Amino acid sequence: MIDFVGKRRWFFLISGILIVIGIISLAVFGLKWGVDFSSGTAITLQFENPVDLAELRQQLADLGYGTATIQSAGEEQFFIRIGETTSDEYAQLKEGLQAGLGNNITDSSVFTVSPVIAAATVRNTGIAVVIASIGILLYISWAFRKMPKPFRWGICAILALFHDLIIVIAIFSILGWAAGMEVDALFVTGVLAVAGVSVNNIVVVFDRIRENSKRGVSGDFEVIANVGIMESVGRSMNTGLATLFVIVALYLLGGVTIRNLVLALLVGITTGIYSSLCIAGQLLVVWDKGEWGKLFSRLPSARRASQ
Amino acid sequence: MKRGRSGLLIFIVVLFGLTLWVVWPNHEIRGRTGFALGLDLRGGSQLVYSANLSLKDPGQTDAQALEGVKQTIERRVNKYGVTEPTVATMQNEQGSFILVQLPGVKDIDEALKLIGQVAELDFREQVVNATGNTTWVVAKAIGSDGQEKELTGKYLKPNAVPYFNEQEYRYEIAFEWNAEGAILFKNITTRNLNKPLGIFLDNELVSAPTVQAVIEAKGVIQGDFTLNEANTLAIQLNSGALDVPLTIVERRDIGATLGADSLRKSLLAGIIGSALIILFMIIYYRVSGLVACLALVVYAVLNLAVFRLIPVVLTLPGIAGFLVSVGMGVDGNVLVCERLKEELRRGSTLERAVEQSFRQSWSAIWDSNVTVFIACAVLYWLGNTFGNFTVVGFATTLFIGVALSMFTQVVVTRAFLRTVVAGGLAKSPRAYGVFKT
Repeated sequence: MIDFVGKRRWFFLISGILIVIGIISLAVFGLKWGVDFSSGTAITLQFENPVDLAELRQQLADLGYGTATIQSAGEEQFFIRIGETTSDEYAQLKEGLQAGLGNNITDSSVFTVSPVIAAATVRNTGIAVVIASIGILLYISWAFRKMPKPFRWGICAILALFHDLIIVIAIFSILGWAAGMEVDALFVTGVLAVAGVSVNNIVVVFDRIRENSKRGVSGDFEVIANVGIMESVGRSMNTGLATLFVIVALYLLGGVTIRNLVLALLVGITTGIYSSLCIAGQLLVVWDKGEWGKLFSRLPSARRASQ
Repeated sequence: MKRGRSGLLIFIVVLFGLTLWVVWPNHEIRGRTGFALGLDLRGGSQLVYSANLSLKDPGQTDAQALEGVKQTIERRVNKYGVTEPTVATMQNEQGSFILVQLPGVKDIDEALKLIGQVAELDFREQVVNATGNTTWVVAKAIGSDGQEKELTGKYLKPNAVPYFNEQEYRYEIAFEWNAEGAILFKNITTRNLNKPLGIFLDNELVSAPTVQAVIEAKGVIQGDFTLNEANTLAIQLNSGALDVPLTIVERRDIGATLGADSLRKSLLAGIIGSALIILFMIIYYRVSGLVACLALVVYAVLNLAVFRLIPVVLTLPGIAGFLVSVGMGVDGNVLVCERLKEELRRGSTLERAVEQSFRQSWSAIWDSNVTVFIACAVLYWLGNTFGNFTVVGFATTLFIGVALSMFTQVVVTRAFLRTVVAGGLAKSPRAYGVFKT
């Protein structure tokens, strides 16, 4: 039997480090906002024949778009980000490219936005997550009302949920400066999806702990929690694996438009499995034992250093 | 017991047949032959206008003014001949916005001109002011009620038509005044006989023909119009002027084949992913995995049928919500299958293990799904309030999906498993993935 709960300080240490790195990255670099959230124009071009990326870049520079960001989505399809553009300028750009590259543009999408709407989107989503969290907190506290101190279960579930959300957002922040990953409107959907899956995972584990608690598996809550977590491992891994099949398939084959969303899910579901097994129940134990204050003074590394 | 079971099985088979028929393409349900697809999947244009409500009629509330603008835009868009346009209003602390979706529109620039223009028509006469300069002043006359009124587009009948003037070789727009407009126009043309009368659209001079006779009911707007411009102007005059000026803040054009491309790729990925899930479930959980997969097929078809019946407009976020709900449906089945294995390992009989596995996994399925419902309800409500339709699409499909997955779990998976067990189709625990007891 693996002692998931006994190793809780290690898990908290790992998560703590991840979250601290994430928060530093968010504070220093923030997120790289895509065109949905900053003014500008995003264009998708579908060419008839394959186009060389360098040649496309050169042509764009010749047309006066030297600062354009170009992303390839296959040999014939490209994403181009430029400053805010009028309809006429856009039409000229397309014609210029067709003439310069000697290649027809068979289809195109364009997206021009000023940031007013998007700024509201992010904030409203934030509000939605907070209100939903309160609702979930109240429901879990009610659903676990037969347990002693049911409110703790709700709080711990929300803490584990925020743990997952912070890590997903932080990873996008890191990918933002490390790999130019932009955050678009679908990313917001991805974060919401992660929240849904994550809460689902946590409640399944809590349910198992509740069951063992009712059954009186042990007098020690630490043991009860560990048994509950152990019994959830099979389910968590298998569900996670099954979901990841679809997600990985979507990531590899689903086209570039939804890649942001899918990557958020990929990170979020992995984190969700981890947090449901290694964080959520452990938080309950920490609270039960009144360890909050001692948590950091007794980190394994700190202990070793003091010896 | 046995009788009830076969009744339930027949119900499931009939339900599956019906839903499959609903999902099957090539016949019309709710006025369409396929799924209702959002702009991101079928191509088209989405425009967001910011409405300057500080210029509204002080007698109106913000909501009334915005609703008026929405109705005017709806009239314009409908006459433009776009199929299934969406016009919605949204208000937040950033201001008031109108969202217009035009699926499959070809000439977006023309549509932009059509929608966004205020199209306030008025007639002006030339007046020499104190400094000796000639200026245009909106023509006024006494109406039927004895009040002095400005002659504007609001007295037009909604039947303006563009036509080709063969003598002048140009397009013109013929219009007709209503009763009140005719009285005003008669007074004004009488007063301005043999003088120029300026026709202004949005404070710009369109043309200034000389009044050659007293005119009452009918008139013509001359100008240097192309056929398209004349058409657009006629639609605008017929649908009425916008109450407040609009500025475009967001514009999204999605090429039709690019939208279809996203859809095709996502579908392909979904199918491959699902095949992997089925393979995994069958290898790992054997008979119960197979049963779960059959139930999931029933579930997926039922879900898609509901999407068509409501109908739910499918967008990329909506599909994401659906996939997440499928994931949760798989999860429910995994919970049951795991419990079944546990019970069998403990040495329960197969019948007892099946019943126990459902009973014991129910609280987890119920509580975890209710939390998802709460999240969906909040997202749906907030998304609608703030006009964030991305979030609404996601919340809708996730909610429907999770609700249906609970239903199929309790009804379909259980009925299938009981049938397999009662029929003695697979008796060994090994058939359920249990190798050590």
